[in-house]
Amino acid sequence: MFDVAVLADYKQEFIDGFFVTLSASVLALGLSLAIGTFIAVLRLSGVRPLEILGTAYVEFFRNTPIVIQVFLFAIGLPTLGIRFSEFTSGVLGLSIYTGAFIAEALRAGIQSVPKGQMEAARSSGMSYVQAMRYVILPQAFKLVIPPLGNQFVNLVKNSSVLAIIAGGDLLYTADRVSSDTFEVALVYGFVALLYLVITLPLSLGVNWLERRLSKNH
Amino acid sequence: MDLQHTFAPATLRSLMEGLLVTLEVAASAIVLSFVFGIILGILRYTKLPVLSQLAVLYIEVMRNLPLLLIIFFGYFGLRDMGIELPVTMAAITGLTVFTSALIAEIVRSGLNSVEKGQIEAARAQGFTYSQTLWYIILPQGLKRMIPPLVSQFITLVKDTSLAVVISLEEIMHNAQIVYNKYVNATIPLLILVAFIYFTINYSLSRVSRYLEKRLAG
Repeated sequence: MFDVAVLADYKQEFIDGFFVTLSASVLALGLSLAIGTFIAVLRLSGVRPLEILGTAYVEFFRNTPIVIQVFLFAIGLPTLGIRFSEFTSGVLGLSIYTGAFIAEALRAGIQSVPKGQMEAARSSGMSYVQAMRYVILPQAFKLVIPPLGNQFVNLVKNSSVLAIIAGGDLLYTADRVSSDTFEVALVYGFVALLYLVITLPLSLGVNWLERRLSKNH
Repeated sequence: MDLQHTFAPATLRSLMEGLLVTLEVAASAIVLSFVFGIILGILRYTKLPVLSQLAVLYIEVMRNLPLLLIIFFGYFGLRDMGIELPVTMAAITGLTVFTSALIAEIVRSGLNSVEKGQIEAARAQGFTYSQTLWYIILPQGLKRMIPPLVSQFITLVKDTSLAVVISLEEIMHNAQIVYNKYVNATIPLLILVAFIYFTINYSLSRVSRYLEKRLAG
């Protein structure tokens, strides 16, 4: 029933798709870390209008499907004459979506550092920025690493939306190879394994970190 | 921007019909994945030999795969293997298979968060292990699971939009039909659909916050 030789015939396509998935995930991770940090800073700024802006961003993008966000870049903006490649549209959509979750993780991490820490740092003569840099952020960092790791796993999985806009990623490759060869179940099964090669070590690593960090508390 | 076709009565009616399908599929998948998730989570928590290892295997594989791939497999892959599911069934199955793995993890950590002293006390009173689980651990654990469960359900509502790839006639699909005809309605329609999702999911998260407060008091 399964013709495994097909997989060898399309070796190059699978390798290409694998690297598109990987590079889309890594690029979107960088971009969504930048967006997430910026939004988290807005939400913690103590300036009311900026806080509202940050909250609105987080709530809106967390509560709307990623498909819409990717479609806005891929098929929405072209109607205004602004055109990105499928890959870029995918990365931008992924980043805007994931940025909201990262902002939330960062905010929760920073806020879970006890208030007394900030007060103590300020009263020993540190400026706000110094207190953040040397006292608050190093402690928050530990709390934030596991949720950020989980977001990266989600990002790798979510990068499969590129397939819907013909972004050349792993799932798109599966779609193309399976309609070429009619070996649908085999090809999707194989591509599932390729996804697990990326996500499984990542999420096992996150679980391990979580256990280690909670022991030190 | 083509607002005329975006807000035309025919468009709005078709979006509402799509929304009903979205809600119907989401509700079915929520109920099913809640049931399977609790069973899997308890299996994993109780550390029964073989059964709990099978649960671990299922959970780790499913939560590390892209949902889109599972949906593709549940429709095209199974059809290739001779099992033909109607689109609605395929969507509900894919969403359930994926989400129950994530719910199992929530259930497990909720159960783990119940203090060991509670279990010892119940056992000392003469409760059997399953009585302890049913009357002591589950009720306390469930309370703590509410916020993460609700955010998982919100994710599920958003995720139904991925079933657009197998032409489930949900809200995204119906929006697509309109903007494929009137290209300039693409952006306003995507934004309108985003707001519809936002309204549903934001209300859900408000309800969860309210429940959390009530139960904590």
